[in-house]
Amino acid sequence: MPKMSGAQALLESLEQQKVDTIFGILGGAILPVYDALSNNKKIRHILARHEQCAAHEAEGYARASGRVGVCMATSGPGATNLVTGIANAYMDSSPIIALTGQIPTCGVNSSYMIGRDAFQEADILGITTAITKYNYQPQTVMEIPQMVTNAFYIATTGRPGPVLIDLPKNVQLNIAEIKFTNKPNIRSYKLPQSPNPIKINQAAELLTKSQRPIILAGGGVITAGASDEIVQMSDLLMAPVTTTFMGKGAFPENHPLSLGSIGMHGNPTANRLISEADVLLAVGTRFSDRATTNLDTFAQDAKKIQIDIDAAEINKNIEVDISLIADAKETLKMLLAATSKKLQKGEGKTWTKRVKEAKEQLSPMLKDNPRDMTPKALLSELRKLLPQNGIITTEVGQNQMWSALYLQALQPRTFISSGGLGTMGFGFPAAIGAKVACPNRPVVDIAGDGSFIMSEQELACSITEDIPVIVIVLNNSVLGMVAQWQRTLYDRRYSAINLGKTPDFVKLAEAYGAQGIRTESIDKFKKAIKTAINSKITTVIDVPINPEIDVVPFVPPGYGLPQQRGDY
Amino acid sequence: MEAGKTNVISVLVENKPGVLHSIANLFRRRNFNIESITVGATQHKDIARMTITVNADEKTLDQVVKQVEKQIDVLKVEELEQGNFVMRELALIKVEIVDSKKRSDVINFVNVFRGRIIDISTDSITVEITGGPDKIDAFLNLMKTFGVIELARTGITALSRGIKSIKIDE
Repeated sequence: MPKMSGAQALLESLEQQKVDTIFGILGGAILPVYDALSNNKKIRHILARHEQCAAHEAEGYARASGRVGVCMATSGPGATNLVTGIANAYMDSSPIIALTGQIPTCGVNSSYMIGRDAFQEADILGITTAITKYNYQPQTVMEIPQMVTNAFYIATTGRPGPVLIDLPKNVQLNIAEIKFTNKPNIRSYKLPQSPNPIKINQAAELLTKSQRPIILAGGGVITAGASDEIVQMSDLLMAPVTTTFMGKGAFPENHPLSLGSIGMHGNPTANRLISEADVLLAVGTRFSDRATTNLDTFAQDAKKIQIDIDAAEINKNIEVDISLIADAKETLKMLLAATSKKLQKGEGKTWTKRVKEAKEQLSPMLKDNPRDMTPKALLSELRKLLPQNGIITTEVGQNQMWSALYLQALQPRTFISSGGLGTMGFGFPAAIGAKVACPNRPVVDIAGDGSFIMSEQELACSITEDIPVIVIVLNNSVLGMVAQWQRTLYDRRYSAINLGKTPDFVKLAEAYGAQGIRTESIDKFKKAIKTAINSKITTVIDVPINPEIDVVPFVPPGYGLPQQRGDY
Repeated sequence: MEAGKTNVISVLVENKPGVLHSIANLFRRRNFNIESITVGATQHKDIARMTITVNADEKTLDQVVKQVEKQIDVLKVEELEQGNFVMRELALIKVEIVDSKKRSDVINFVNVFRGRIIDISTDSITVEITGGPDKIDAFLNLMKTFGVIELARTGITALSRGIKSIKIDE
């Protein structure tokens, strides 16, 4: 058995998991790992400028590639700065591994020891218990390889999620004979088995008899790589497909049966038709409050079939008639086979006609004035210029909801946004992570001015690490989404929403060595996008827009999906 | 949360640090109403048993069981079937004694309830009593008329009746 330090054992274990990138920032308690990293040829370290962004970068990497994203920080503030990023990955079920340095478990100076409130000590295991799928702290060097193998296994299997490994400094430094393993060993961790064939038959029966079926694809479809099966199911049943916000990209939104996303700011076609359906096939969705808006009226006429790999998601928010607890891809394959056997051809013509008619009447794209500097026009133009496999990330707020409404996602893993936690400042670092995973595809962050300044310092990372991405700042000089809520729900009593005309985003970009372009017309915007796509450095496109533009339509809190308000 | 009935779930977990924290944390985070939790050894030295009583309606209880089951260190969860399990709780009750009449009254009650006196002084008696929570409540109500100085209850621990057991698949 090879003799090495804990830090070397960690890196060797990461290499065995095929890790090629770590996003991180160093500090005292993680120095032994960085020391080992200094002569490592296989793992690229990307120096983030804030640990929260390192975690978002790891998540962007994970969600664009389907692989695990790895981030690293020192003890104390380094670790606590990761927290928002870890919580974000937990809410959106993204597989990331967070590595943190920790105060030693024992040592020469007994005041520099876990539990003594040492310099830069934080109980990161305690802090992250509620926001990680699992967390580890090795007590000896020998435990490290098995722990890393287990951590990757937990992060990627079942419902994915973040796993944290907290590394006491003495464990990083100690030297021992190390036995490596790639076999996970967690007897208490069990994955769902194959779907129950009786329930598959019941579900197939229900789908076959349905006159107005609808499919709701969530983020789980993307995780399971089950987009093809959703397309096949839609074609087989002639069923329209709507996605949740997290499911955007699970079904090509230029498909004639695509309805876009449901939800509070959902596509009106989807919000209407889900209420008219008689059978709902929901796949990989947790029926979040933003997707359902009102649990009592949500798809109230539909018998419901739910496929989810997490048993705890069954009947958590929505009571369903048939539940299938298993991998979405495998389950859909079985369901497709069972359904196609039973199905008579040529059924459901009236429903298809209704779908077509609803799309024509309700689409948010209809009243498009292509010359106005509106988010609708801008994002439509962007879609035309961006290749199909171009990756879109968003910040949080109006920019995010406009992107959901007006930017069609055509492939899985091309739309990356903070769905569950709603973290402002997520989009830009996520774009950097996505670009590292997919260096040959353009990556665009749709930002608001409020969100972008929350992680603007990562411009330094993108420049020094040579990771060119595009940031489009829809700049309305206010915190737009809360301003909209104050306008519509608080009777225009504006409070603390003004951002002023600062910073100058062109100068800001230039200060970091990036390219800054201000565009005040659609034509200039189109030109700027073309320039940015062909540029070798990060480009920030500042697009001033009217602060009074709302995201419409909108379901006010407490109302059902079809009760959307607002003239769109 | 809507009031429901009291349910007992028995959970076998890996006997290692952090597990109690993650289970307790889960209850707080999900806003589940924990009435009592006891943790102790089982016949396997690497497995501990948690007996948790929760006040929940049927839907919430279903979520409690599923969320607990989902915890990585949980080997098995069982909802103990109403009427088909045995449970015990232990309470230590320190009662104030002002005169010898009161002392003999307390001793009589202790005998009726098959409790044990484990400490006695000129002005106090400490009683150990085990049983179901109802029995302990009844005894405690009697003792309150004398004046309870201190009380410590363990929370319940429970097992299903008969040969049945929670099996661990290795």
